Amino acid sequence: MRKIADLSTVKSVENIKGKTGDSEKHESAHLHVSGEALYVDDRLEFPNQLHVVAGTSTIAHGRIKSMDLAAVRTAEGVVDVITAADVPGQVDIGPVWPGDPILVLDNDVQFYGQALFAVAATSHRLAQQAAKLAKIEYEELEPILDPDVAAAQEHFVRPPHSHRRGDAQAAIAAAPRTLEGSLRVGGQEHYYLEGQVSSVVPTEDGIIEVFTSSQNPSEIAIMVAEVLGVPENKVVAEMRRMGGGFGGKETQAGQWACLAAVLAMKHNRPVKARLSRRDDMCGTGKRHPFSNHYRVGFDDEGQLRGVQMTLNGDAGCSPDLTDAIVDRAMFHSDNAYYLDQAELVGNRCKTHKVSNTAFRGFGGPKGVITIECIMEEIARNVGKDPLDVRKLNLYGIGERNVTHYHQTVENNLLPELIDRLEASSNYRQRREDIKAFNAQSPVLKKGLSLNPVKFGISFTVQHLNQAGALVHIYTDGSIHLNHAGTEMGQGLHTKVAQVVAEEFQVNISKIQVSATRNDKVPNTSPTAASSGADLNGKAAQNAARTIKERLIKFAAEHYKTTEDQVNFRGGRVFVGEKSLPFDDFAMLAYQNRVQLSSTGYYRTPKIHYDRETASGRPFFYFSNGAAVSEVLVDTLTGEYKVLRVDILHDVGRSLNPAIDIGQIEGAFIQGMGWVTTEELVWDKNGRLLSDGAATYKIPAISDTPPEFHVELMSHPNAEDTIYNSKAVGEPPLMLGISVWSAIRDAVSSLSDYRVSPNINAPATPEEVLKGITELQQAQV
Amino acid sequence: MIKFLLNGDIHTVENLNPNTTVLSYLRENLHKTGTKEGCAAGDCGACTVVVGELDGEGIRYTHIMSCIALLPTLHGKQLITVEDLKHDGQLHPVQEAMVEYHGSQCGFCTPGFIMSMFALRKNHSAPTRQRIEEELAGNLCRCTGYRPIIDAAVQMYNAPMDDQFTARESETVAQLKSINTQADVSLEGNGYRYFAPTNSKQLSELLLQYPDAHLLAGGTDLGLEITQFLRELETIIYVGNVADMCTIEESDTSYKIGAAVTYTECVHLIEQEYPDFAEIFERLGSTQVRNVGTVGGNVGNASPIGDTPPALIALNAKVYLRKGDSERVIPAEDYFVDYKVAALQESEFIHAIEIPKAQPGYDFRMYKISKRLDDDISASCGAFLLKIEDGRVADVRISFGGLAGIPKRAGNCEKALAGQPWNQATIDQAKLALAQDFTPLTDVRASAAYRLQVSANLLQRCFLEIDQPTVLTRVTHYA
Repeated sequence: MRKIADLSTVKSVENIKGKTGDSEKHESAHLHVSGEALYVDDRLEFPNQLHVVAGTSTIAHGRIKSMDLAAVRTAEGVVDVITAADVPGQVDIGPVWPGDPILVLDNDVQFYGQALFAVAATSHRLAQQAAKLAKIEYEELEPILDPDVAAAQEHFVRPPHSHRRGDAQAAIAAAPRTLEGSLRVGGQEHYYLEGQVSSVVPTEDGIIEVFTSSQNPSEIAIMVAEVLGVPENKVVAEMRRMGGGFGGKETQAGQWACLAAVLAMKHNRPVKARLSRRDDMCGTGKRHPFSNHYRVGFDDEGQLRGVQMTLNGDAGCSPDLTDAIVDRAMFHSDNAYYLDQAELVGNRCKTHKVSNTAFRGFGGPKGVITIECIMEEIARNVGKDPLDVRKLNLYGIGERNVTHYHQTVENNLLPELIDRLEASSNYRQRREDIKAFNAQSPVLKKGLSLNPVKFGISFTVQHLNQAGALVHIYTDGSIHLNHAGTEMGQGLHTKVAQVVAEEFQVNISKIQVSATRNDKVPNTSPTAASSGADLNGKAAQNAARTIKERLIKFAAEHYKTTEDQVNFRGGRVFVGEKSLPFDDFAMLAYQNRVQLSSTGYYRTPKIHYDRETASGRPFFYFSNGAAVSEVLVDTLTGEYKVLRVDILHDVGRSLNPAIDIGQIEGAFIQGMGWVTTEELVWDKNGRLLSDGAATYKIPAISDTPPEFHVELMSHPNAEDTIYNSKAVGEPPLMLGISVWSAIRDAVSSLSDYRVSPNINAPATPEEVLKGITELQQAQV
Repeated sequence: MIKFLLNGDIHTVENLNPNTTVLSYLRENLHKTGTKEGCAAGDCGACTVVVGELDGEGIRYTHIMSCIALLPTLHGKQLITVEDLKHDGQLHPVQEAMVEYHGSQCGFCTPGFIMSMFALRKNHSAPTRQRIEEELAGNLCRCTGYRPIIDAAVQMYNAPMDDQFTARESETVAQLKSINTQADVSLEGNGYRYFAPTNSKQLSELLLQYPDAHLLAGGTDLGLEITQFLRELETIIYVGNVADMCTIEESDTSYKIGAAVTYTECVHLIEQEYPDFAEIFERLGSTQVRNVGTVGGNVGNASPIGDTPPALIALNAKVYLRKGDSERVIPAEDYFVDYKVAALQESEFIHAIEIPKAQPGYDFRMYKISKRLDDDISASCGAFLLKIEDGRVADVRISFGGLAGIPKRAGNCEKALAGQPWNQATIDQAKLALAQDFTPLTDVRASAAYRLQVSANLLQRCFLEIDQPTVLTRVTHYA
């Protein structure tokens, strides 16, 4: 047994490495760069490994008259072909309401690309080839593909919901000025670089291990248990890392895990389900497209008096998470602005498309972009710079500070944040420079826009706002950390490890984070809603503090002193002036039978929301930020280039500035992609045409602005969050809207800023040229 | 039998289906899973590997997309994957820089970026930001927004580059020389055949013997048949080893570019003659695609959306076709018969493409319209060759891709310009005439209306650029 050092006096202690606030490297960075980081598909396969691929529908809506799978069954390498009838338990895995069968039920086809049957074969390629051999006859029915058409027919997946304050109609009628309009906002493909994948291994006693690329391994376990008809404790779901998630691996990972599990259980063989990029793009949900309609009344200065808005969210064919997504769009239809009298209706439109799902921002961006569009329309109407209209309508401090869902906006940083960014980006001078440039440049026009974001933090489904953690200290002082969150690249494990390092005052290299598993921390929530570090950081802190309290109590007893004399600093445990290394103290505690392991738990305080009255405090706090984008638009072609972006973003007291900046930049570029080049295109039969990287264009490296300044506004969060940090995952995505607004600003220059162009999102070059042409024709 | 160098050893492959991609061989046969599949279509770069090839007494490193590269094309080359960079337990300087500058988040695209950066580091000293972007434009990242990756690519130059590959270079050269690349190579497996002849006579004979064979050059299009359409190609004939198709012959008036010459190998010549054409080269696919893709292949498949044909047609390039012992030469515009139908007879193949050099008095302009500036397929791609003399259009050839089933000339538009005064009124007429030339389709890339409108506006841009050169007309040129 190791010898334990005595208490001794040290001259000084160094700060630990990897404490909160340090720009610690991502815990897997060295594995990412060397190719050693293992993703689900990288796990060594078994000699009897099977691969499952789904055969999919080639119509969007209709009934299957016959399904001849004979050729599939006899194809090379095929071991089995299953349909819904082969599923031992529940076929429908709809996460909240039914509507998501893992294989088509009752011959009822609801979208093009829907899984009808599943082939298990000895290789992925053989399974793919076999799946194409099915002969299927359909009775086709007319598909509904447009959310406005669905709304007109009240073809909904869930009933509409409204937010109301005062009498918007009367306020608009009485307002000095009014305008109305519509905005179509496209959906978005997640395009995580790693496609959906789950690998299922049957073990013993009916236990199934599921290695899954999922933001919600607990829910995967529930779905698999339901599909197999076994208790949840028979399913172990493990998730080490995802190759990107962005919301697309929240509910959408389930179907593939379930198909693999059904075949694994049936054949008692390991089965892997991995989606090809096309199958992934056609067969899994995306960001909801929206079609939004508004009427607003405002005064001659451009201040809002009343807003009426109808948000038609395109749910696709099933509810999935649409209720919460459309709700969040409604919660963010104010963005940073006081709407005054307001009436918002959110429709959950059912279309015959793959069921749309969570995507970073979760509906919020669709509300935000609409009110941003309205701000621009008002600015053109009253002849002001849109920034001045935005500032005029911001939530006040101490007044005009209650949202349309009756939550008070506290600790409002935006007025200060915007002023700082306006100055640091030199907005006013650049506005003048741009006007001068545009005056002498007949073809290329520059545009500029400053857009804020205020984003509510908390799951609006209240019970999800909880998390657990598990911390062990081993006898050599090394620490094992496990928590409810999943790592998808956002650096969550790094941040949570920093929290534990800070609590025990040890170097972060002492802490090993392990894969998220439902048999370590059960009943976990999805890693979503930007909540990962808030919830899991607090839960891990709670676990660490439980152990720390035991250690302090033990040290006080052991060294015959008081608890206030014991503290942890610089990798040592101090008792008064003297100290010993943390490692030795851990051994000492173990030998003295102190429990060195603890769970931790956290639930978000203060939140409540009454859906009946559409009022409450759905959000613990708000995250804020703003971006200034400058673009150059070619008025002959609609092409454009982003020239410069300045961002100031509020992350509270940052847990890790490098990771937070990485989140902000990445979200911004992803948001920019959503409103510029990323266009989902379906044909009239409901078939997705943008089904690969060749036809669906996410930003490439040359789309990154040549000048890209990102700064953190590091006011500690006034709420008691983990080290007073703030959530960062989603809010900056909406800063990408500033590129869209800047493009519209450049086009508006053609009317001497009197008209706001009709440019929807995404503003592809085609959409921009359409806006230019309409505006020019209206001028004539 | 196929031989290539992997991790310092000569790796031999026999009895393998030649439809096997480098990526699937790495992941499924060798269980080397550091290289990732992102799209299996050459569009995302997650699968990027580096290929070392003999270049005199040295090694030339190029990065390629392993997901659409067929394994047998590695014969006689060195394959370097992400696993090979770490040496003696130490990260390679490229990897160190990526860690240091927080260039990875989810990490899935990272191995591909590392390999592209490795090739960049090997091939370029002190690159500009534009060069970095060009070399990495084929690698998509969905997490970072790229800024930290650009930083890493800049900072990796701070470390010296005397890595294990440099240290072993002479040994590698000797090993590669020991693999006889002058001999014809073949591979068979599962009833599928692969041949890699070394001269066009042998190629001709093979094509006579196997008229249904698929000709493989860069494979950046053919590879998709295998990975996206799940076909197994029965007979594949690789032209990359055909020595007389890998050469460029210069005359006083032209460059004759062998059909197996890659874009990367000829872009510098194109740039001297037609800077606009070279710019289109650099927006065509990605560096990984251009390192293997060929002008011959871009013409060969008679796709309506290839980016070089509009230029080749406008420049009146010649296509050299061979069958057996006979050769014929046709103008580029005659090669394209119908949607993906070429003027090729059975067993006939493209041997070379001859591009005339720039002639004095002529202006050549070329523009590409796509949703994303880099690595995207054109909604419209227009090439304009004009001679303006005494204020009149003395000669004109205009060609568009993306507007019809084939790339083709805009005959009515040309007529409206020919002999007319070079002014806005003429351009207005020519823009109207363009609508008579094409009836484009609406598809995933653009609507028919936009294609026509923007194509007419490209003519407007061409006019402005020649008529008023001080007017800014291209967002891609603004700095």
